[in-house]
Amino acid sequence: MRTDDLIAALAADPPQAARPLSGRALMALAPAAALIGLMFLILVGVRHDIALPSAAVATGLKMGVAALAAGGGLALALRLSAPGARPGAAALPLAAALAALALWIAWEFAALGPAGWPRRLIGTNAVYCLTLIPLMALVPLAALLAALRAGAPERPARAGAFAGLAAAGVAAAVYATHCTDDSPLFVLAWYSLAALAVSGLGALLAARLLRW
Amino acid sequence: MRAARAGDEAAYRRFLAEAAPLARAAARAALARAGRGNAEVEDIVQETLLAIHLKRDTWSEDRPIGPWLNAIARYKLIDALRRRGARDAVPIDDLIDALPAPQGEPHADADVRRLVDRLPERSRRIVLAMSIEGRAAAEVGRELEMSEGAVRVALHRALKQLAELYRKADDAH
Repeated sequence: MRTDDLIAALAADPPQAARPLSGRALMALAPAAALIGLMFLILVGVRHDIALPSAAVATGLKMGVAALAAGGGLALALRLSAPGARPGAAALPLAAALAALALWIAWEFAALGPAGWPRRLIGTNAVYCLTLIPLMALVPLAALLAALRAGAPERPARAGAFAGLAAAGVAAAVYATHCTDDSPLFVLAWYSLAALAVSGLGALLAARLLRW
Repeated sequence: MRAARAGDEAAYRRFLAEAAPLARAAARAALARAGRGNAEVEDIVQETLLAIHLKRDTWSEDRPIGPWLNAIARYKLIDALRRRGARDAVPIDDLIDALPAPQGEPHADADVRRLVDRLPERSRRIVLAMSIEGRAAAEVGRELEMSEGAVRVALHRALKQLAELYRKADDAH
């Protein structure tokens, strides 16, 4: 087939009213988040001391940071799924998540002083956290990668890494309702490690699945 | 492209016809740098056009189209060179000046790779009827006893399969 003939065939294929990629991604992510949220509530459950103000505040902060990271990962994965696009403003939510965590750590050091920080960092449920977050993240990761196949990332692995971060953020926000390790140092150490693992898996899968 | 999105077929055809020489020039330069002949140029151009078409929704109207086009051409070029590279990656950089200059467009009119022939029978007939024979969907539909809409859906699917064949063509070797 000559190139001119191919052009004729392409021109005969009319534009379709496709939903934008961001819409597809959100439509994929929302039910995935709802599913793992529900499963988690039934199988694991919310922390028992949630009625305590200090527990509620810490849970809210953890969920907030996780949600910002999820939004940041999603924004970057979407942006990097369009050819020729630079991250630009799409990097802002992720920067905000990191800034929020840094502020929280600074606030905790100001309030409690440096004494005992290794104990707060190690926490009590690190293994649980490191298991449950990646496990739950598999569901939103699969949904998100499926949606991103409509995109065209110049570097599929990079887009997949941020999709992994988004999935881990969703899973971490759910896990935060159960987690009783309330120090931001714990979040910095273990939530991040869990997110890194999911991010790596996302990159690995995307290098195959998001090629176009 | 904006007009094409609104359904202006002629404008879309012009847009693709302008994109083709850009992709061709880029492919030719890259193949020359890699010390390879022009035999693959038209393959890469066609693969790039298919990608532009199938991924056209990734261009958003508030961004310039140039970087978008360049990025697609670059991605397809790198992909093609990487896939085909393993087969004949002979380091002849030093000889490049001694090689005869590329002649014209040896393959522009030839069926470079008969990938269309590997499509399922009905898809192949629809693609050929609407490209080489330049016939309308309604007419093709009457002949194949399909509705015009079904022909268009089948064409879209066939173009996707064709892009897939391009991507896999070299892995098979």
